Amino acid sequence: MKYSIEDLIKQINFLADGAGDIAIMEVCGTHTASIRKFGIMSILPENIKMVSGPGCPVCVTSQEDISAAVAIADREGVIFTCFGDMMRVPCDSTSLYSLFEKGRDVRLVTSPMDAKKIAQENPEKQVVYFGIGFETTAPHTAALVEEADKEKIKNLSVLNSHKTMPSAIKHLLQADSKISALLCPGHVASIIGADAFSFVPDILHLPAAVAGFDAYEILAAILRILDMIHSNKTQCINMYPKAVTKNGNRKALELLYQVMEPDDALWRGLGNIPESGLKFREYYEEFDARYRFEIPKNKASDANGCVCAHILRGKKIPTQCIHFGKDCTPDNPVGPCMVSAEGSCAAYYRYRE
Amino acid sequence: MCLAVPGKITDINGTDAKVDYNGVSKYASLRLVEKAAIGDIVLVHAGFIIEILDKDDGEELQKLIDETMRLIK
Amino acid sequence: MDDKIMLAHGSGGEKYRELVKEIFLPAYSNEFLNPLNDSAILTGGEKIAMTTDSYVVKPLFFPGGDIGSLAVSGTVNDLAVSGAYPKYISVGMILEAGLSMSTLSKIVDSIARTAKEAGVQIVTGDTKVIENRGSSDGIFINTAGIGIFPKGRAVPQQKIEVGDRIIISGYAASHGMAVMAKREDLGFLPPILSDAAPLGDLTAAVLNNKNHIINAMRDPTRGGVAATLCEWVTTDTDIILYDNSVPVRPDVSAACSLLGLDPLFIANEGIILLCVPESCAESVLTSLKSNKHGEYARIIGEVRKGNAAVKAVTEFGSYRRIMMPSGELLPRIC
Repeated sequence: MKYSIEDLIKQINFLADGAGDIAIMEVCGTHTASIRKFGIMSILPENIKMVSGPGCPVCVTSQEDISAAVAIADREGVIFTCFGDMMRVPCDSTSLYSLFEKGRDVRLVTSPMDAKKIAQENPEKQVVYFGIGFETTAPHTAALVEEADKEKIKNLSVLNSHKTMPSAIKHLLQADSKISALLCPGHVASIIGADAFSFVPDILHLPAAVAGFDAYEILAAILRILDMIHSNKTQCINMYPKAVTKNGNRKALELLYQVMEPDDALWRGLGNIPESGLKFREYYEEFDARYRFEIPKNKASDANGCVCAHILRGKKIPTQCIHFGKDCTPDNPVGPCMVSAEGSCAAYYRYRE
Repeated sequence: MCLAVPGKITDINGTDAKVDYNGVSKYASLRLVEKAAIGDIVLVHAGFIIEILDKDDGEELQKLIDETMRLIK
Repeated sequence: MDDKIMLAHGSGGEKYRELVKEIFLPAYSNEFLNPLNDSAILTGGEKIAMTTDSYVVKPLFFPGGDIGSLAVSGTVNDLAVSGAYPKYISVGMILEAGLSMSTLSKIVDSIARTAKEAGVQIVTGDTKVIENRGSSDGIFINTAGIGIFPKGRAVPQQKIEVGDRIIISGYAASHGMAVMAKREDLGFLPPILSDAAPLGDLTAAVLNNKNHIINAMRDPTRGGVAATLCEWVTTDTDIILYDNSVPVRPDVSAACSLLGLDPLFIANEGIILLCVPESCAESVLTSLKSNKHGEYARIIGEVRKGNAAVKAVTEFGSYRRIMMPSGELLPRIC
């Protein structure tokens, strides 16, 4: 390798010097986790801040979807399957994990296909898979449903809480914000393509870099962003060429849109965002757990005073929220910034006096 | 979002590939990629191969970094 | 002998006697246990160490061990890291009716084998049977352990000091990952092996050298290496962990990245952590490496003046805070 990690850090410091305050938003839970794991914040110059955007699917899953999950998982004859991340998210002092402790059949899976296997092994039970995640994970759910349909597996359904990334970023950052640039999610981009983020420079007028996930790749993307800011360029540069192409993974996208279509979606703390979710096409409706268990699709708006959206835009701090520390705590969060341990509200709460 | 880990395909069995991650293997679905072969380095997320990785060994990234090194103190 | 445990096996009557005589005694036999008195009369040194622990493991059997070997190792290790020489243990079992006799036998054999390896004797025990509550693999084990302090052996004060080096005796996270992979059926090939083992000989190798000063010694079980370091750190010290120097077996490391887990937070049953003055760190390392369980021992950090922070420092100079873990570890996908 031509450049060492120290070279990148040196150049970051050089470009940041005198550049004023720069807030770079990352919108991927694994970016957030990597930034923490590698201690990226501790080596960035003081005027460069990383802000965790709405990129952790667990954090943005609405309270309504989680209560639907809890309601289904609490039924007799149901095996409820979900990713480990989702198990502990609290909802009105209960969670999927507490149902599991109570003896309900809640199972952790690491792939949606595990749910298919469980359904085949337990024909007398209704198996439900909690579909969460963005474009990276949604094609998997599409594959699950498409196969279940072909193989006539009748005891499997999906609680669909999938979301799409670009519309949410657009919605969040179109309003006045203090965010200077976007670190684009590498794995989402490997599915939808780097070009899908060209709206960031074109519409939001912010520089963007698609980033990989190790310390070197993240620092290289931050460096590229600082270089754009320094030279006053607004582009979206693919800094994860190893895994991301211009147009993404066509096969995955075709399968995804064969099974699902865009729909409005409710985001925790951010409210309803048009065209930011995915629902099953009519042909596959019977695999929708809401349909099968007759749970009405929530239409709730987000008029509860949660200011997570403003916090993410850098316009407010957690203590300015009426819920903070009162009815919004890590044990009973209202907004996404309180769910994730890396979220601003959770951090403020942890270090409050 | 999205935890994905690179591994190497060591065997293909119908629509599943056996992927080796430095000594431990696990099967992953091939349904989301066009063509994958034994020996390919792939990115796996939630039980599916989502991308076959470039074999250029990071050369392209080095070129992209190069462009930010024009200005040096 | 019946092929399943019944409530009668816990009644104290004929069936109970049969269970003791046919399953437990042949496996554990020794001079203290064999009289089957109400309590075992033991001999020991002036100062003794005593510990107790309960085991409610799911699954009962995992690659590299089972609830029985774990119960012995865990108890023995608690004594060993206190500086004592593990000598006697008790085994109390709560069985669910319906448990198969062959499962019980396998676990009892494993207890006997591990006790032999650890050089401890099972001197007393108890068995109760409860009604079946839906699972046919219900077995819970409670142990007590007694260790003695050989004359002149220094007892670790369990207090760290500025300048100390942190030493790990082997690969981190292997046991916790093996159990999680089996319990959640994660499909790793080949299966990940637990390294659970009794470590009395390992601690003896360190403590028998009179020149060694051991300021603290622990087995980093639940909560992993992170929890132990967070417990050790005091209000006027920081613990600096050299991030990349913590040894993790390659298969365990790969499994951790697949599941989004940090090996520092995963439970161990086959390693110890030590905190020793810099002056004897190399010598302690040599002693550890002389034992088969200490082959991969390494210095992984140091104690500095500070204010109660545990920090992992990367090779390029960045750091992250290590916080006391909370809650059950669950694989992450997002």
